[in-house]
Amino acid sequence: MSTQTSIQTSEKPLGRDELAQLVARDIAPGSFVNLGIGQPTLVSNYLTEEQNITLHTENGMLGMGPAAEGDDIDGDLINAGKIPVTELPGASYFHHADSFAIMRGGHLDICVLGAFQVSATGDLANWHTGAPDAIPAVGGAMDLATGAKDVFVMMTLLTREGVSKLVEQCTYPLTGVGCVTRVYTDKAVFLTGPHGVTVRETFGCTFEEIQELVPLPLKKAE
Amino acid sequence: MLKFIDTVGEAVAGIKDGSTVMIGGFGNAGQPFELIDALMDCGAKDLTVVNNNAGQGDQGLALLIKEGRVRKMICSFPRQSDSWHFDAKYHAGEIELELVPQGNLAERIRAAGAGIGGFFTPTGYGTTLAEGKESRFLDGKWQVFETPIHADVALIKALKADGKGNLVYRKTARNFGPIMAAAAKHTIVQVSEIVPTGSLDPENVVTPGIYVNSVVRVGSAGGGVGTSTEKVA
Repeated sequence: MSTQTSIQTSEKPLGRDELAQLVARDIAPGSFVNLGIGQPTLVSNYLTEEQNITLHTENGMLGMGPAAEGDDIDGDLINAGKIPVTELPGASYFHHADSFAIMRGGHLDICVLGAFQVSATGDLANWHTGAPDAIPAVGGAMDLATGAKDVFVMMTLLTREGVSKLVEQCTYPLTGVGCVTRVYTDKAVFLTGPHGVTVRETFGCTFEEIQELVPLPLKKAE
Repeated sequence: MLKFIDTVGEAVAGIKDGSTVMIGGFGNAGQPFELIDALMDCGAKDLTVVNNNAGQGDQGLALLIKEGRVRKMICSFPRQSDSWHFDAKYHAGEIELELVPQGNLAERIRAAGAGIGGFFTPTGYGTTLAEGKESRFLDGKWQVFETPIHADVALIKALKADGKGNLVYRKTARNFGPIMAAAAKHTIVQVSEIVPTGSLDPENVVTPGIYVNSVVRVGSAGGGVGTSTEKVA
């Protein structure tokens, strides 16, 4: 039935910027959003004024603007990645306990994070490789994973070794349990939840090719 | 009793060996570098330090760690590209680390200042950082019991203090300052400017002076961009 319908929306896999553009497009107008360090930060480049998105940074600010340059660099105004940023009209500052209450209290609509692995039921592993000599550092990752209404993950579907990062069960230490709602990868967008994993669209490959790469049963979006 | 103190050295002189010291700041923003340098000079050792990070580069908290004055770090993010002094101590087994998710760290500090004996939070449930802690299913989700973090001393940085010790901060340099001021038995604040009582709008005071014990002015009285600007380079 639905197998006749192609959900392939691009001839090639998406690059990092194309993926960021897609995530930006999927954010509902008026949302309050936290973008994680690294690849998720790219999403801010593609948010439009019409979307009226308010960005949160966990070190105590709503209404964060683009990265600061030149004379605008101010050591007292940085983002969670400790990069100098700017403030937009209507910005607000608050202390750390309030900032994490915003997250934990479910007030953020969307949080976009990177990941090492995501499980079939939306478990997230993104803070620690578990290597015995690695110094563990968690920052705000667990709070972000737990609090936002929707947690979007951005990652490549495969590791450098060609192994799927979307897995039946995470083998890396967990950041949060059952928290991820969508996974944006270079090859496909997946919707995760208690009822399994649905492929929304594919890039540069078919649903069947994605199913061969990912070691868990996938459903095709209707 | 609130005191205005002339030098950072006098401000930290009472800090004893074995103290738990909260240090404000997230990265370099809001980090009270001059008070940390004074803590270094005063010789206090065997310290437990509470900060979001574990020092960066060759300044501030990083130097305190390098000199072996910190017995234990309570923080959320010790590993950074320039946290080499912490890295070395950690790998040598010369420093203890209590790793806490950042929001739990903030809320545990807040709880101490607010007289809360502990709280349940969903953050960390099902992860290695919740191992050994009580979990309960509350309000529709699994939550983990966390306890307050108290301190003997807090060293924080604000933009301005008035004669009552009321504080205002600057931009994201506020971060842990207000909650650490409340959580410590003795709070020492470095400010860029001391202004006359009555000149801060009471509606805009961020930390009421009741939480502040010592105020010391550091750097130029102009305020403006604040001293951390030059430290970021």
